[in-house]
Amino acid sequence: MDYFLTEEQEMIVDIARQITDEKIIPNRAELDEKDEFPREILEAMGQADLFGIPIPEEYGGFGGGCLDIVLALEQLGRGCIGVATAFAASALGIYPIILSGSDEMKKKYLTPVAAGQKFAAFGLTEANAGSDASGIQTTAVLDGDEWVLNGTKQWITNGGEAQIYTIVAMTDKSRGARGASMFVVEDGDPGFSCGPKEKKMGIRASSTTELIFKDCRIPQDRLIGRKGTGFITVMKTLDSSRPGIAALGLGIGQACVDEATMYAKQRVQFNKPIISFQAVQHLLADMAIQLEASRALVYATAKHIDAHPKNMSKVSSMCKVMATDMAMKVSVDAVQVMGGYGYMREYPVEKMMRDAKILQIYEGTNQVQRNVIGQELNKEYSRK
Amino acid sequence: MKIIVCIKQVPDAKDVRLDPETNTLAREGVQSIMNPYDQHALEEAVRLREELGGEVTVLSMGPPQAEDVLRQAISCGADRGVLISDRAFAGADTWATSYTLAKAVNKIGDFDLILCGKQAIDGDTAQVGPGLAIQLDIPFLTCIQKVRKANEKEIVMERMMDDGYDVVAVDYPVLLTVVKDLNEPRVPSLKGKMKSKKAIIEVLSAEDVGADSSCIGLAGSPTEVVDVFPPPPRGERAMLTGTIDEQVEQLVEKLAVYL
Repeated sequence: MDYFLTEEQEMIVDIARQITDEKIIPNRAELDEKDEFPREILEAMGQADLFGIPIPEEYGGFGGGCLDIVLALEQLGRGCIGVATAFAASALGIYPIILSGSDEMKKKYLTPVAAGQKFAAFGLTEANAGSDASGIQTTAVLDGDEWVLNGTKQWITNGGEAQIYTIVAMTDKSRGARGASMFVVEDGDPGFSCGPKEKKMGIRASSTTELIFKDCRIPQDRLIGRKGTGFITVMKTLDSSRPGIAALGLGIGQACVDEATMYAKQRVQFNKPIISFQAVQHLLADMAIQLEASRALVYATAKHIDAHPKNMSKVSSMCKVMATDMAMKVSVDAVQVMGGYGYMREYPVEKMMRDAKILQIYEGTNQVQRNVIGQELNKEYSRK
Repeated sequence: MKIIVCIKQVPDAKDVRLDPETNTLAREGVQSIMNPYDQHALEEAVRLREELGGEVTVLSMGPPQAEDVLRQAISCGADRGVLISDRAFAGADTWATSYTLAKAVNKIGDFDLILCGKQAIDGDTAQVGPGLAIQLDIPFLTCIQKVRKANEKEIVMERMMDDGYDVVAVDYPVLLTVVKDLNEPRVPSLKGKMKSKKAIIEVLSAEDVGADSSCIGLAGSPTEVVDVFPPPPRGERAMLTGTIDEQVEQLVEKLAVYL
């Protein structure tokens, strides 16, 4: 379907497609098998300016919007969402700086990310603060002209690999959500370390670790925005980034439709290619329908966000739920179409099915997304 | 450092056909790409410029649509593109092509280094790089697999040989032809793509480069293609199966017939 993309958007798609076809797809099975971080591929993405897409032009970026990043992530996700997650998590890590950082902070941290020299990570989740982000226990206390951070973040994507970390910590526990603030921590800051790499079901090319702060001292000017605005920054960050996760779902969905359809055309049983059987056709048709419907919602949402609406939580959550539930369903069906072969590691769909599951979990579980949608509906209809 | 990279637009090797009348490659309706070896030459040129400063000019001889590969080269880091295009160049063999490229290089002017792919995947002659160096009366080295060190004075490289490689140091000007082991070409960048859209490709005609009309195109080509034909089908083959001992036994049996 033609979405009438701009010339610049077509360029983004072309570049991301080329990286996916030439660098990601030939290496994804090995990266998955070896739990290997795709450093070289990320360098190639940096050289191709992909990290600069969400960064404003004055800091060396492309000044792109939500649809631009969605288009890039959809292509990368078609190759491997482990690799794409490493990329997406860096964008997530710099969003708080883009949204709330000072000009000096933007210059210092956004410029090297746009140039592909550094990348970022976002530290929110803790052992007791997942879906309920207000349960954060990491603290930041001002001591002289330095902040002192204590606590442990859990399951942080790009942990141990990123150079720039944006961290949520409580500066005033008594104020609840209003007592949260965001900080930039750099690798090498005293008292900051990363735990060992977690062993995961899927997206194994991405690195997931704990971030440990033991009397971690950072300069005062590492506070992002004003004290106590951390939670608002987090919510705004996640509102803008959720369509990116939805885009990864589109990528997996497309890859699964491609693989399953090509297979069904070649696989012969009862003297016919299995695509000639209606049972298989219907499976493929349903996969294609769900994929196209999800794509339409994700693109529409991204365009809506690019128009800077006052509230985007509901649509942002809607597209995340729809596209990631689709990715899970379609990847399971792709394995089904391909039968025993689909279950084998020799074919890529078993990895896609393992990978797809995380999309329903991270950046807000799909249950939490539905809560958001439900609460927004409740608010909307109270006003009527 | 002023670097010129010669690139050729070639039909995608996955889609090659011959024109049955002229016995030359049919180019119509075939997807065109940048000759793969030339992509490595371009990548090395861009890396050298990033390290040493200077300018990378990409040069191509071909029909007007060859502009596409020059734009592609700009999106991958080249600074400017020059296309030599004229109906009078049609049918040029490797000698006439080398002559024409040399004329264009002289027109471009100053250079330290010329990089070419080892060969083009359509003609497969590997003659144009060395031919250009001879026309320009500069030294050349072929099959460069690695650049070890380069500075303003000299370049130290590994030249691929049948049984290993030579390490060679040369000063400028020099022409090098490169193999695919040299580097991994980059994917175009977003900024490069935008630049390439806006770039003005200089187009030079036979007259612009001051070419002698008896030295260009079909008339200037000493090579004559007498015949082009697909190789004859291979004779009948048999596959032996079983353990090594069983296969040896079968083989001996088959050979015994001829004793």
